[in-house]
Amino acid sequence: MTSGQLGISRTMAGAEREVRVSLAARIYIGVVVVAALAAVWRAPVFGPALATTRLSRPWIALGVLQALFLVCDSARAPLTSRQTKWSPSSSATLAAAVLLGPGAAGLVGAMSLVSVRRRLQAEERLFNGAMHALAGIAAGWTYLAINDSVGLLQSGHFKTILAAFAAAAAVHVLTNHGLLWGIYRLNRANPVLRTEMPESSLALLLASDLGYASLGLVIAALWTHMEWFAAVIVLVPLFVARWAMAQFAGEQRAYTATMNALCQAVETKDYYTRGHGDRVSRGAVMIARQIGMSSARTDAIRFAGMLHDVGKLGVPTQVLQKTGPLTEDEFAAIQLHPMRGLEIVREIGFLYEALNGIMHHHERIDGRGYPMGLAGHEIPEFARVIAVADAFDSMTSTRSYREAKSIDQAIIELRRGAGTQFDPLIVQAFVAALAQVGWERPGPAGAPIDLATVTVQDHDDPTAPLQVVVP
Amino acid sequence: MTSPRTRRPEPDRLAYWQAMDSGRLLLMGAAAMLVTASFAVSGVLIHGHLQPQVDWHAAFAFGGFVAFGELLRLALPGGREAAPIAMVGAMSYALLLNEPNGPLNNPKLPAVLVVAVCAVGMTVGALPHIAAGRPAGLTGMCSRLVAVAGVAFIFRSVVVGFLLKNGMWELELAVMAVLIFFGWLIDTVIGALIRADDVGALFSVALVDEMQLQWPLGLAVGASVIITVFSVQVLGLAVLIAFIGPLLVTQVAFRRYAGIRATYLQTVRSLARVTEVAGYVEAGHSRRVSRLAVSVGRGLGMAETELLALEYAALMHDIGQLSLVDPIPGGATVLVSRADQDRIAELGSDVIRRAGVLDEVAELVRCQAWPARGHDPAPPLGSRIIRAANAFDDMVGSSTDRDRSAAAIDRMRLDPVGYDVEVVDALRDVAGRRVPSRL
Repeated sequence: MTSGQLGISRTMAGAEREVRVSLAARIYIGVVVVAALAAVWRAPVFGPALATTRLSRPWIALGVLQALFLVCDSARAPLTSRQTKWSPSSSATLAAAVLLGPGAAGLVGAMSLVSVRRRLQAEERLFNGAMHALAGIAAGWTYLAINDSVGLLQSGHFKTILAAFAAAAAVHVLTNHGLLWGIYRLNRANPVLRTEMPESSLALLLASDLGYASLGLVIAALWTHMEWFAAVIVLVPLFVARWAMAQFAGEQRAYTATMNALCQAVETKDYYTRGHGDRVSRGAVMIARQIGMSSARTDAIRFAGMLHDVGKLGVPTQVLQKTGPLTEDEFAAIQLHPMRGLEIVREIGFLYEALNGIMHHHERIDGRGYPMGLAGHEIPEFARVIAVADAFDSMTSTRSYREAKSIDQAIIELRRGAGTQFDPLIVQAFVAALAQVGWERPGPAGAPIDLATVTVQDHDDPTAPLQVVVP
Repeated sequence: MTSPRTRRPEPDRLAYWQAMDSGRLLLMGAAAMLVTASFAVSGVLIHGHLQPQVDWHAAFAFGGFVAFGELLRLALPGGREAAPIAMVGAMSYALLLNEPNGPLNNPKLPAVLVVAVCAVGMTVGALPHIAAGRPAGLTGMCSRLVAVAGVAFIFRSVVVGFLLKNGMWELELAVMAVLIFFGWLIDTVIGALIRADDVGALFSVALVDEMQLQWPLGLAVGASVIITVFSVQVLGLAVLIAFIGPLLVTQVAFRRYAGIRATYLQTVRSLARVTEVAGYVEAGHSRRVSRLAVSVGRGLGMAETELLALEYAALMHDIGQLSLVDPIPGGATVLVSRADQDRIAELGSDVIRRAGVLDEVAELVRCQAWPARGHDPAPPLGSRIIRAANAFDDMVGSSTDRDRSAAAIDRMRLDPVGYDVEVVDALRDVAGRRVPSRL
């Protein structure tokens, strides 16, 4: 995202669908491309340089910086989540602005046109190239306006150079994000693109942008000593960072896969609730997105949803299998399962908020839930979200004592419980998310196989509360 | 990081320095002598006007950089700690080239001053850690300081004059690269020595592990040092500020990597306990077996990546029991028939294989019930270790009774077909010590 790219293909990495670009966006892209062409045409490739600072082989320098831009642009890595990616390519553009001049900076930025990233649509290439060219030229003119010459950095002029560079970097970042913002606005009708601009991490984006922009100054400074090798050595720490990011992403995938496998193992114990954790997790994430949770919290609630019933393992099998009404002791054993779950996952370091969600997912808004009897907004937000997804999945799956309800029926039940059992706002958000994203109900359960036990009563089902013997 | 705090024998009765092993003491003694000598010589040089000029701006800038880096220490996998930004600052200061007409007013920077400035910077950077109640990380600081001092003394007393006369950037760059590698080697060897001593691993294995883990960060630090040294000559100390942004991003990348590794391990540790909560096995069983297995594996010279797989496998070795309707009495798999043991192992292995990323672990779990000898195919070492550790814990449990564990060992020794003799011997060694896992 940094040194921003039109991100149509980025969110689409998982599902390789084509994204339609709206007509307004097409016109906008056309205007940007024409402006970029005009700007490149008007700007001199090499700016005015002093005799002492002129680069000996400027065309080679331009080629090296263009190559650097391409390498950086192609080697993008996720910074915070799947949505935000950085590429340090702006450092190459800014180094060209300092060493060569506005026209050269534009030509370096225009390399985005031939980026070797796959799955880029023609519109994206055109727009990215034009945007980076414009940003480079704007930065180049800004630098010239303050420093009045380009070329190798001379000792003794640090203050002017620093001021000029800071202004150029700011202009570069602003042009980049401004043009991107425009395309997001114009393509807003497209739901895929709407999630693309994560407001919460905008500050982080700008910070990392400026951080990488400053690398352009370092490249320019190194050029005095080692010419083209400056571009090579700057790449080393960048690629190590990228390697670490890739390792991180790999570990994270492995982590999620392992977590899924372990949750499935836990669910093998009970035939009817297989896949329950996974579906509740999906539902909770749908709600989280709908109410605008940050991506970090969305990740946490995904795991909380998956693990919310893990404590059921601590409930004796006989109790889960019992057909008749439960004794008070047995009911107490079931009521204890959120605490058991907490006991199991307590030591997982990152799940701070998720712990609350697991522990309180059977609280009710009217205060008659368990284990603590919290009411209203005393109940943590995670728990209120999971409670809705949990009840919904229970109702829409088959149980030994009833068939699965339809989605509409389940929504009616959720609405009926809003205000007493569920948080009305969460229910509303879930219904809205269901309308947008849809829901895949579990297939009809076949005959249970030998190893699994069969739960006869479902503690999650709001339409069939557990029967307790009154002594 | 993720490790349980090392249990030292009766820590209350021992003074701080008594609780430390000799390797650490030696390192700290060396670092202390180095720092004292550096301060003394710097003092004499400056007060006796033997040192014509000291660029205090540079000293403060680089000292501050080191302090900042020390503040932002980085936890690496395996409970290690690094301070890459501090290392960049310290090494750059050691390798500073002072060209006659350059922006740095520092014609002859003596190595002792480099050591003194870095020592002050590191101490200042460590103070907030101490104030926040975190460990001071003295060992790591000493190791870094010794590495920087080695590089500074060689560079400043031998190489720098020659380089300045010559003036070729290719040569300067090559010499610096060699020296930075040398400094990295010092730091890594010290780290491996300390670690081998801490966890009871072989030094050769610990060194290879350490190098494998440290080289990417070392590469980034090395390149950053060269970038800093050369660009400071053009732009002056302002480069330190300009360059901190990219360094921070590199640091963030590593932090996230180490973080997810830690979370992963914590999660497997926690979720492996579902068998305990469900009443299939005795409380603490999987954790004890994994600790025992890792210690045995380390004693037998397994590398860190293998140990990680072993730890995961040992933690999850009973996960197959979840598929059983009725818990085995007491959860002691050693008491049920071979066929049932194999079935549990297969079921557990299937669960783990479903994750798609832990096939090696799944294989260890699958073979855990096979006898050490006479089975075709032969079980891998990790499985033999888990088999022995599991049997030991089934017989001894959380008891620390020496007679009981000796009896368990004897019983396993009487069955050389079922239990690998080498593994049982290593188990006997670690059962006495019960070294906690540091992974």
